[in-house]
Amino acid sequence: MHATLPRWRSALQVWRRNSLVWRRLMGPSLFINFGEPFLYMLGLGYGLGFFIGNSMDMPYLTFLASGILASAAMNIASFEAMYSVYTRMVPQRTYDAILAAPIEIQDILAGELLWCATKSVINGTAILIVASLLGAVHDWRAVFVIPVIFLIGLCFAGTALVMTAKAQGYDFFNYYVTLLITPMFVLSGVFYPVSSLPHWLQTVVQILPLAHAVDLLRPLVSGRPLSNAGLHLAVLVTYATVGYFIAAHLIRKRLLV
Amino acid sequence: MQNVVEMNALVKKFDERTVVQGLSLAIPAGACFGLLGPNGAGKTTTLRMLLGQSPLDGGSLHVFGLPIHEHARTVRRRTGVVPQMDNLDPDFTVAENLRVYGRYFDLPTVVLEKRLRELLEFVGLSDRADSRIGTLSGGMKRRLTIARALINDPELIVLDEPTTGLDPQARHMIWARLRELRTAGKTLLLTTHFMEEAERLCDELVIIDEGKLLEQGTPAALIRRHVEPEVLELRGQEENIRAMLAGLDGRLENVGDTLYYYARDARPATARLEKQLGTSFMHRPANLEDVFLKLTGRDLRD
Ligand SMILES: Nc1ncnc2c1ncn2[C@@H]1O[C@H](COP(=O)(O)OP(=O)(O)OP(=O)(O)O)[C@@H](O)[C@H]1O
Ligand SMILES: [Mg+2]
Repeated sequence: MHATLPRWRSALQVWRRNSLVWRRLMGPSLFINFGEPFLYMLGLGYGLGFFIGNSMDMPYLTFLASGILASAAMNIASFEAMYSVYTRMVPQRTYDAILAAPIEIQDILAGELLWCATKSVINGTAILIVASLLGAVHDWRAVFVIPVIFLIGLCFAGTALVMTAKAQGYDFFNYYVTLLITPMFVLSGVFYPVSSLPHWLQTVVQILPLAHAVDLLRPLVSGRPLSNAGLHLAVLVTYATVGYFIAAHLIRKRLLV
Repeated sequence: MQNVVEMNALVKKFDERTVVQGLSLAIPAGACFGLLGPNGAGKTTTLRMLLGQSPLDGGSLHVFGLPIHEHARTVRRRTGVVPQMDNLDPDFTVAENLRVYGRYFDLPTVVLEKRLRELLEFVGLSDRADSRIGTLSGGMKRRLTIARALINDPELIVLDEPTTGLDPQARHMIWARLRELRTAGKTLLLTTHFMEEAERLCDELVIIDEGKLLEQGTPAALIRRHVEPEVLELRGQEENIRAMLAGLDGRLENVGDTLYYYARDARPATARLEKQLGTSFMHRPANLEDVFLKLTGRDLRD
């Protein structure tokens, strides 16, 4: 356990390396990651919202915007932790180079986690601004959305890193996306309340992290009371930490042979 | 003088295959130490263990007097590494590669920027500071990798085949730089397949094969110990040549399409050969390559 705790100063340098690359490509990156959530809010928020009307205890656009904030954070962190981390680890051999400096696997992965979460926050902030311009945000507590999105980023990045640790190629990530990311996106209360699902499915959804992320964000955006915050936070933190430690173990076995 | 590196009965296994088998060696401070061996001999594996990038399966390894297992970070802070395969960061320019790498060592910005300029000068890349890595030639990349290895002003520099794939100009430039570093008091540990390089640069070298130490000494001592001082390289009909040289006290060896004649004094042989047509030969002093081939055999590896 002791050996897998990162040295934060080294982790920050890894974070800084990634942020330097991102800054150079920031335009296209923001456009792509932000365009899709925006489309959902516009199309579904107004389109579906028209049919749903007042049947919920909040405007549908608000309901949807809080779900999109959570799922966008999930997507961005997961994809960064899979495709980009794999690229740095395998074809680009960036980690081999870093491992000749006084930096260890756990520092690299901690830096990657922080970076994935940072990317989630950057995009989340942009979405939040647009959502409030569209009138979807009802509470000043929405500023707390930002730290929660950081945590959501850590959660999904930690989990995805375990996939990356085992991946032998990019195709492997398709399974994870198809079997976990997409079902979570569709089932975890982004578009409709989880309570509309059959009971057994609700149980499954509650084991996965996205529903908890949504349950944290929605009250903050809509101004409804926040309940079970401790549980939701604990689930996100657990996925992040367990993922990080498993990934550190696997990647150490993979690279330090 | 203290040894910078001490390996004792070092063992490394991949699955059930032992690729380093009880290797022991010591590298004194300030030396340029060569690690030679055919493909697959275990050179890179040994260097990776030395950097704490590969766990040992037996034996002990101390760098700067510190056991590598507990002190990998400290050791790497004081070491520069030129890996066998370039792994420069393609997302960055030449200068950014050095800058980002320097930060991994927690270097203060002022120190880093100064060193960055000096190192670009040192490897002749000052005018390419803003080029992307993809636009550099192989030689430039190698020089940049060397500059990167020096960014932390290391006491020990580990170079895994620093000149493989380079043209003679680039090779000579790198040799000159390595000699400067050696003069500046750095300890160098290098692997190479160029025996000429080892002969020119190394104070001391070891030849390993299949993870075992075969020989150790200065280049000159190894040549004296293992081969006769003069060599003729001969091409032509083997039977003819053998017949021509019959009765002389030299030693004939066959490698591919060339016969090597080793002797204390080759003049009697050259006198005979010069009278013969159809045989081309070259007369040269023995070198490290002769020693290497004698010790590691002439069969292809891998
Ligand atoms: N990760 C690995 N897994 C399994 N076997 C390995 C691994 N790395 C190296 N080997 C094997 O260990 C042996 C030593 O390899 P190493 O790379 O140390 O040789 P080398 O002396 O550096 O050779 P070269 O001159 O070709 O670079 C080789 O037989 C190689 O196939
Ligand atoms: Mg090698």
